[in-house]
Amino acid sequence: MIRIIKAEWRKLRRPTLLLGTLGAVVFFSGLVSSLLFLLLDSPQGNGDRGVVITREMLSLPTGATQAFSSVGGLLGIIALCVFAAQTAQEYTYGTLRNILVRQPGRVRVLAGKLVAMKLFAILMVVISAVVSIGISFALAGGKDVSTELWFNGDGQAAIGRTFINVLISVICFGVVGMVLGLLLRSPISAISIGVLWLLIIENIVGAVKSSTLNWLPGSQFSTIAAGGSESISYTHALSLSAAYVFVGSLIAVVLFTRRDVAN
Amino acid sequence: MQNLAISASDLSKKYDSGMAVAHANFEVPRGKVCGFVGPNGAGKTTTIRMLLGLISPTGGSAQILGESIDNPEKYLPRVGAMIEGPAFYPALSGAENLRVLATLGGFPQDRVQELLVKVGLGDRGKSKFKTYSLGMKQRLGIAAALLPNPELLILDEPTNGLDPEGIQEIRQLLRTLADNGTTVFVSSHLLSELELISDYLVMLRKGEVVFAGPIQELFLQQQPFILAQGTTTADLEKIVEIARADGHKGTIRDGVAHIEGPQEWAGVLNKKAFEAGITLTQLAPQLPNLEETFFEMTGEKK
Repeated sequence: MIRIIKAEWRKLRRPTLLLGTLGAVVFFSGLVSSLLFLLLDSPQGNGDRGVVITREMLSLPTGATQAFSSVGGLLGIIALCVFAAQTAQEYTYGTLRNILVRQPGRVRVLAGKLVAMKLFAILMVVISAVVSIGISFALAGGKDVSTELWFNGDGQAAIGRTFINVLISVICFGVVGMVLGLLLRSPISAISIGVLWLLIIENIVGAVKSSTLNWLPGSQFSTIAAGGSESISYTHALSLSAAYVFVGSLIAVVLFTRRDVAN
Repeated sequence: MQNLAISASDLSKKYDSGMAVAHANFEVPRGKVCGFVGPNGAGKTTTIRMLLGLISPTGGSAQILGESIDNPEKYLPRVGAMIEGPAFYPALSGAENLRVLATLGGFPQDRVQELLVKVGLGDRGKSKFKTYSLGMKQRLGIAAALLPNPELLILDEPTNGLDPEGIQEIRQLLRTLADNGTTVFVSSHLLSELELISDYLVMLRKGEVVFAGPIQELFLQQQPFILAQGTTTADLEKIVEIARADGHKGTIRDGVAHIEGPQEWAGVLNKKAFEAGITLTQLAPQLPNLEETFFEMTGEKK
């Protein structure tokens, strides 16, 4: 298992992937955090979908992580793309046969790949947290937002809690990407369908019938990152996400272990 | 069983479109080079994939190095393979690609450079795989197959894309490996190359094994023939008539008379041609080579 994780990590750390992905993480984390503070007094709102996040809200112990939790959904999409590409490319390049000749334990291979990608997800979330909290802290002073409570006991607990929530959310998105990669065996198809569903279809379905958002996967994953929302409780989102991830993983394991490697 | 590297018994694979491999029975002794031949679509790659645990047989069984193919983890650490061309990550260098596989298999990382040198890529290991020529990719595939220092090496078309010098190098490499005790199971369309290095041969046709055994045994099963040439086309026709009159089959191909018959009958033909006023410009008794035998046995057109 350790060998599979190490081998997968060799692929994940290639400069184009590592720097490209982390660059995207830094960019989106910086963008969301900057907009949150720079648009603080804007009548159009400064949060996701025009939500107004006031100076008072940002001065709470959760203020440091307000931007960080908002960026969770975008980090999730990035994770979905990376997990899907890393999984599906083994089919398109034909490298899966090399892997399985060297490591015939298919469940072990799948588990090892997942662990390696989770480590990659942790790296993404850590960098996002540092960038997001750092920019928030840097911009808070200029916008008269008090940071007094950000790093006290409650503030630190909020940072820890948000970090875990964002990480769970990102991993859920990633697992969906991995399942799509295994199902479709093409990075382009897996990423397109995943992103199309999460960014467009769920939003359209939710706009037509808002109650569906209580059950759709992307909505649950984003809610976990936000630590719960007005319409979806954190526990509901977490348990439903666990169910989605469990079923997805089960399908992935069955397909991966039983399917012939014919390309 | 101890002396067999591969043993297949009624090994079969059926797809919706039909039987890809039908009741294949063959054995490959250890320490030999075994050629694996057959026309396109004969089931060679499917057989190799079954032997490597990549696809499940729908019938029969096989053993590799004494272990059932139902438990690939028991024998694959001792097997090196390149299936259906080299497959690597284009964005990684050749060396990094090998390191990924060495890490997966738990092989020492210093084997990577050693093998790159062995296959002639010592100075290109740091270049990205996507910049490699077809021949270089093929060499990297062979290096990857050699990573475990295998007891059994399974190669599917290893000389594709190689220049004549490269083909010769690979031929020598495979022969050396076999001489040092590695069993080499190699499929190739270059039958003349296989003939030079193979001790054994497994021949497939439409998913069925049409021959499996020592290569000399195959040639002994074939009818020897004599090539004869006269000065005119009329001479060739007369030569064929002489052959037929003596009970030998004869045809004219590419300006040469092909007469089925043993070496000894060449003298008789020479005498009878002289008596018929024909001056023979060529008289050559021959055993069929692998290419001719292949076409004969698989029914493929030359």
